[in-house]
Amino acid sequence: MTREELISLVATLVPDMKPGANKQYPEVIVTAAQLHELAIALKKTPETTLDYLFCETAVDRKDGFHMIYYVSSSVLHHLLMIRVVIPDKLNPVIPTVSDVWRAAEFYEREIFDLFGIKFENHPNLKRIFLDDDWVGYPLRKDYKDTFTIER
Amino acid sequence: MEDTVVDIDLKEKEEYIINMGPQHPSTHGVLRFETCLQGETVKYLIPHCGYIHRGIEKMSESLTYPQLIHLTDRMDYLSAHINNEAVSLCVEKAMGVEVSDRVKYIRTILAELTRIASHQLWWSAFGMDLGALTTFFYGLRDREKILDIFEESTGARLLQSFITPGGLMYDVHPNFQKRVTEFVKYFRKKLPEYDQLLTGNIIFRERTQGIGYMSLEDAIEFGVTGPSGRGSGFHCDIRKIEPYSAYPLVKFDEITFDVGDTYHRYLVRMKEMWQSLSIIEQLIDGIPQGPIMLELKAIKAPKGEYYQRVETARGELGVFIVSDGAPSPARIHYRTPNFSNLFIINKISAGHKIADLVAISGSLDLVIPDIDR
Amino acid sequence: MYDFTPIIESISGYFTSTFSPLWAGVLLMVLLGIAILGFYAILGLYLVYAERKICARMQNRIGPNRVGPMGLFQTIADLIKLLMKELIYIRNADSILFNIAPFIVIVASIMAIGSIPFAKGLQAIDLNIGVLYILAISSMGVIGVLIAGWASNSKYSVIGAMRSGAQVISYELSVGLALLCMITFSGSMQLSEIISSQEDGWWIFKGHIPALIAFVIYLIAGTAETNRGPFDLAEAESELTAGFHTEYSGIKFAFFFLAEYMNMFIIAAIATTVFLGGWLPFHIYNFSVFNNLMDLIPPIFWFFGKTAFVIYVMMWFKWTFPRLRIDQLLALEWKYLLPINLINLILTSFLTLMQWHF
Repeated sequence: MTREELISLVATLVPDMKPGANKQYPEVIVTAAQLHELAIALKKTPETTLDYLFCETAVDRKDGFHMIYYVSSSVLHHLLMIRVVIPDKLNPVIPTVSDVWRAAEFYEREIFDLFGIKFENHPNLKRIFLDDDWVGYPLRKDYKDTFTIER
Repeated sequence: MEDTVVDIDLKEKEEYIINMGPQHPSTHGVLRFETCLQGETVKYLIPHCGYIHRGIEKMSESLTYPQLIHLTDRMDYLSAHINNEAVSLCVEKAMGVEVSDRVKYIRTILAELTRIASHQLWWSAFGMDLGALTTFFYGLRDREKILDIFEESTGARLLQSFITPGGLMYDVHPNFQKRVTEFVKYFRKKLPEYDQLLTGNIIFRERTQGIGYMSLEDAIEFGVTGPSGRGSGFHCDIRKIEPYSAYPLVKFDEITFDVGDTYHRYLVRMKEMWQSLSIIEQLIDGIPQGPIMLELKAIKAPKGEYYQRVETARGELGVFIVSDGAPSPARIHYRTPNFSNLFIINKISAGHKIADLVAISGSLDLVIPDIDR
Repeated sequence: MYDFTPIIESISGYFTSTFSPLWAGVLLMVLLGIAILGFYAILGLYLVYAERKICARMQNRIGPNRVGPMGLFQTIADLIKLLMKELIYIRNADSILFNIAPFIVIVASIMAIGSIPFAKGLQAIDLNIGVLYILAISSMGVIGVLIAGWASNSKYSVIGAMRSGAQVISYELSVGLALLCMITFSGSMQLSEIISSQEDGWWIFKGHIPALIAFVIYLIAGTAETNRGPFDLAEAESELTAGFHTEYSGIKFAFFFLAEYMNMFIIAAIATTVFLGGWLPFHIYNFSVFNNLMDLIPPIFWFFGKTAFVIYVMMWFKWTFPRLRIDQLLALEWKYLLPINLINLILTSFLTLMQWHF
């Protein structure tokens, strides 16, 4: 499916989505509440079969945390980029997609470890890289500890 | 989801916990498998990573783009050139520039040589894990020839940092073409020896056939790419899906089998070495002349988000750059192949013996610094 | 050189004539013990050196060549190093059993060496149940391995010891049955009689097909008995970090190491004696010129030459093949080697009855 077809298909599934500004891949912006159903629908629809989540990451920007999902289809080889903005930086919460795309289980553990974003209904939300008793979330822009040397 | 293991609790009789690692001769790096065993059989296991987490993504936020190339070498150190190429392509795509043909050819030849060197080291270590200690020396003897070529042109054997945004660091040595052609001729004669030593051996086949079955659905669900995924039938070769550098100009096959056991993951890598040799042969004689480095005033990506996918020796590497127009990225994220490849090990090794666990983790070809970054 | 009987007679004659029978007996045993221990130690050292050189050549490198001419003193240097290492005492290990285990393994293999015929007249004790004695003694070695694994108080060691115990006990059957085939051919269990029955040809040629099958099975089962070659998962370095002898250090580790090489020597020596004619030279039937030439070489060189050949074959396939998993190993024994062995035994008995061997 082409870029316009994908964006219009998502528009039919989630009426109040916004198209994104990314020039490279088709981008849609949805809210946290709409994410889970959109994910299930994108995986099940035969025209899209977006079943391969190859990247899930978070970015700390001024207006909140941006959760970025890159999904692709293993048979049709088209890609879609989904963005969810979490405005609350003190207590960020978003539903998990690990029951739709199993790879997300581990990407989300990494995001929880480094950013502190909590995922609802995640089966095993524990730190993955840092020690279990580490205080703070290093990849946030306002993270300070005694080991970091500022340039 | 039902088989997500949160913690090991010993329920049945004769269950006990063994830790393989973090210091262990066969996990090839600092990785800990907390294994629940019943007798000799593995019931389930929890991989613990993070022993070599260095914070590469955070460090890169305070470095400029040419500086952070040096950190990318250290992720999957056996595919160092390909990691450098990924970041360089992403930055060039962001800036909207295209490198000369000479640079594209040399980048692809170096990437394929890296792929062969990585598979040679994997083969050596895999045989050694299974007990055929002679394979270690055969593979490393041939890998030395590739490392000599790298050293002559780039100055380093392992972590070269040669491919930078805008082109290459220096021009390759005048001997480069001659030595690469000699190597291809030499290795074509040696590669059948590898098959004679290991592939046809009945003991080896008994140890690897039917072990560690990974279905196609699992490979797609967990995102297992590279030769591990292709052994189960997942067509995920980025060189075919989104070709970059000189890959549109060469003809090669994407090797997939749809059996999904350890033996076929092994066969994918052996056949990939032949394909890499043929790619190098198609390119080495026609390297065009041209500039090595683009004339760029400053390496700054414009505001926006950019993503680049490449195929390393182990799978799909993705580089995600968020830029605010500064010389350093606001956020850089690496989607590393080994991170996704690791977590399927619980599912595919349940019910096998300890000796099979070693064979399975060898066939997934994990490089631990890539998992932890 | 060609016949050691007069020398042995004169030494024992000297002792019995100068001392009382009791003292003569004790002194003779002490002398024998020193001779065997010295032989054991030196042969063990040079077997380790030979293995390192052979495996190096197969792996496209040279092997030890710095210490002494062609690296001949390398193992002596290693021995001195091991003697000077700290003996680590594990706190929760059963200290009596922990210390006894290496000695049991060494004692078992020394006792087996005592009954091997090295040359004409050079045999420490010639029992009329020779083969049975050797089988019984080599079974004692497995007790040492099990005790070592248990007394180390470590999970890895116990797993290694259990695997090794299961393996050795299973393969003893195959070794015993293969040797039983040859005993059927030669009609006696006494080692010197087995050799004298091969004076007109080695059993591997005279016994044609059943002897060849028995030889192959004996070689496979013999390497499995000694935890060597493709059957070395009890000490699989890449899986369990040295298995049952993980916790041993210094000279105690050297004992296990040495015992493994000497067990390999014993297996090769028994193969030589029973299948390849012991210390008898290679004769072609009635070709007297050739036979006289072969007779010029002393029997002791024949014995060590044939044993060295069998040891070389064992080392060759250790360094070429990957190792078998424990369940594949036990399946090989119980499902393949044992039935073939039993059929071979029936075949051998039938052939002996009908005198259809050479």
